[in-house]
Amino acid sequence: MTSRREFLAGSAALAASGLFAAVPGARAADPIKFGSILDMSGIFDAYGKPMDMAMRLAIDEINAAGGLLDRPVEVTAYDTQSDMALYTQFGQQLARRDKVDVVHGGILSASREAIRQTLRKSEVLYFYNVLYEGGVCDRNLFVTGVTPAQQVEIVVPAAIKKWGPKIYILAADYNYGQITARWMQKYAAEAGGEVVRTDFFPLDVADFGSTIAKIQSAAPDIVVSALVGGAHLSFYRQWAAAGMKPKIPMASTTLGVGNEHKVLTAEEGDGILVAYNYSPEIASPANERFLKGWTDKYGDTSLIHEIAVSNYQGVHVWAEGVRKAGTLDRDAVIAALTQGLSIDGPGGMVAIDPKTHHAVLDVHLMEFAGQKLKVLESFAQRQPVDTQGVCDLVANPDDNTQYEIKI
Amino acid sequence: MDLATVLIVEIFYSIAVLVVISAGLAVVFGMMRVINLAHGEFMMAGGYATIVAVNAGINIYVAMLIVAPLVVGLIGLVVERLVIRHLYGRLVDTMLASWGLSLVMIGLATMIFGNTTTGISPPIAGFAIGGYQVNGYNFFIIVVAALLLVAMYALLAGTRAGLVARGTMQRADMAAALGYSPDRVYMVTFFCGSALSGLAGGLLAPLVGLVPTTGGTYIAKAFITVISGGASIIVGLLSSATLFGLVSQLFTFAASPVVGEVALLVAAVVLLRLLPQGITGRFFRGRL
Repeated sequence: MTSRREFLAGSAALAASGLFAAVPGARAADPIKFGSILDMSGIFDAYGKPMDMAMRLAIDEINAAGGLLDRPVEVTAYDTQSDMALYTQFGQQLARRDKVDVVHGGILSASREAIRQTLRKSEVLYFYNVLYEGGVCDRNLFVTGVTPAQQVEIVVPAAIKKWGPKIYILAADYNYGQITARWMQKYAAEAGGEVVRTDFFPLDVADFGSTIAKIQSAAPDIVVSALVGGAHLSFYRQWAAAGMKPKIPMASTTLGVGNEHKVLTAEEGDGILVAYNYSPEIASPANERFLKGWTDKYGDTSLIHEIAVSNYQGVHVWAEGVRKAGTLDRDAVIAALTQGLSIDGPGGMVAIDPKTHHAVLDVHLMEFAGQKLKVLESFAQRQPVDTQGVCDLVANPDDNTQYEIKI
Repeated sequence: MDLATVLIVEIFYSIAVLVVISAGLAVVFGMMRVINLAHGEFMMAGGYATIVAVNAGINIYVAMLIVAPLVVGLIGLVVERLVIRHLYGRLVDTMLASWGLSLVMIGLATMIFGNTTTGISPPIAGFAIGGYQVNGYNFFIIVVAALLLVAMYALLAGTRAGLVARGTMQRADMAAALGYSPDRVYMVTFFCGSALSGLAGGLLAPLVGLVPTTGGTYIAKAFITVISGGASIIVGLLSSATLFGLVSQLFTFAASPVVGEVALLVAAVVLLRLLPQGITGRFFRGRL
């Protein structure tokens, strides 16, 4: 019989020797270090987990094609557990201890801002691959998600053309909702529409009875929503339950990002108009390849959403930049990325706008149909006009601001 | 005129929702003096119980009105036996313990159901009042809330069990001297309170997008309603729910939902400043 203490000491020694044995010998080509920082657990894991899966798929594809610069790419990933404080910590670890060559990640704008300055100071290239409110101007940062103007300039005029000029706007009461609502007002006015009213809702409002009555008394032709999160999903349900769906049609800039079209029933969702960069229904060779790769690696494709695809495309954009530059040097890669580079992603062609380092990408007008996103029309190569209005990194390369975009 | 009717329906609905989400807490906190910070998570559990039951093919009304209260009642029973019964009379300790419990329940729900929004559709179609469409399910909630209050009153005032429960809450030692086991009475009362929370979760499940953290949306309102109601369980619940429902809906309608929420909180602060014992500390004294 060994005592418990001896047993513990023995197993600790075993574990330690196991660890040492696992350290690999030096490789012929040192791997390129790819840093990823995402919320893979906690309340944002529904966004973060598929983003991580998409990133790993992209890296696998790159390595299967022989890596970059004849070197394999190795992922160093941190799970920030939906805790903003951990972003600061892991961001510094990636830059200073792991000394990675690039960082992809961040989900909420708050998480991006938590690591952006660290990475800028440490001169580590940073990719933020998420749909967000626009306006960040930083030479070290590349953004491959859509911004409000890119969506709104498609979806609002389309809705007005389809259904009529009077618009009622519902939006979440924080910077994304406020900014998006302003773009909606602008594009509605340009398309000859008229905004009858704009209402903002705190993120925990789940009862929309009075709002639904108020909308009816305003009698708009269209309801346009930028509502966010689980509580706000109640609106669509209560709207359908009140029998309003056949009476006033709806468009949205947010519904579907978290795969809401699969949560709402077909009766609740059908006919809602949206505009995004990606739908699994897009018929293109690049998308078929992506879906096949995902199925081979993970099986179930139902987890794929807009920002997972943004992350996938972001990784490939970076890889293309490194290939073009022929080196990992940050300035050379930035130069390569901003000189007319593009990739053919699942959501269409993705290019980088040299003035803003934001993506120029295809936006697809879609409609909810039978819990899927049916593509109605595709708009090629939309510029990030919102950020372009405030940011010019060509003229002003040292800019380091998140602008509040005035419209 | 139609708009006025719709507004009145919305106000009644808002009052009914406050009654439904606060009833369980009124029993557990108002009667038993247990600060149950896991009340919201009990509701969340009721919501998930309903959704799971409906997806398993059970009739939605059975799921909401029977399955959800039963499941959450049983959860409450386990919690009472394992945790709460050691803490009766220790107000702050119950708060800490139930807060921990709420974190555990959120974690468990996230593990089991994932951190994604789920939901079911309301079983009742909307209908028109004049030129306005109204959510038919709202009427169902109003009716259930009314029945709930009547049933609670009948049980507490009209039956021997209710009398024993009330007596035990006031003087456990006297109840014991008269041959009733306070331990058993507490256990059954906590079961009933939990079941009411589960019922609330079940009833609201078709109206909201359910996530494991949904409980947080309701917990503050439930506590505000119960505390402002004061000592009398049923009259207090009804009077404070009426006041807050009226205030929040009128302001929501006149301005925006933000103003509505603010108005509710301001009303609660002013009310508790003027009536620190709650509404029934001054009016309707001694009623049930």
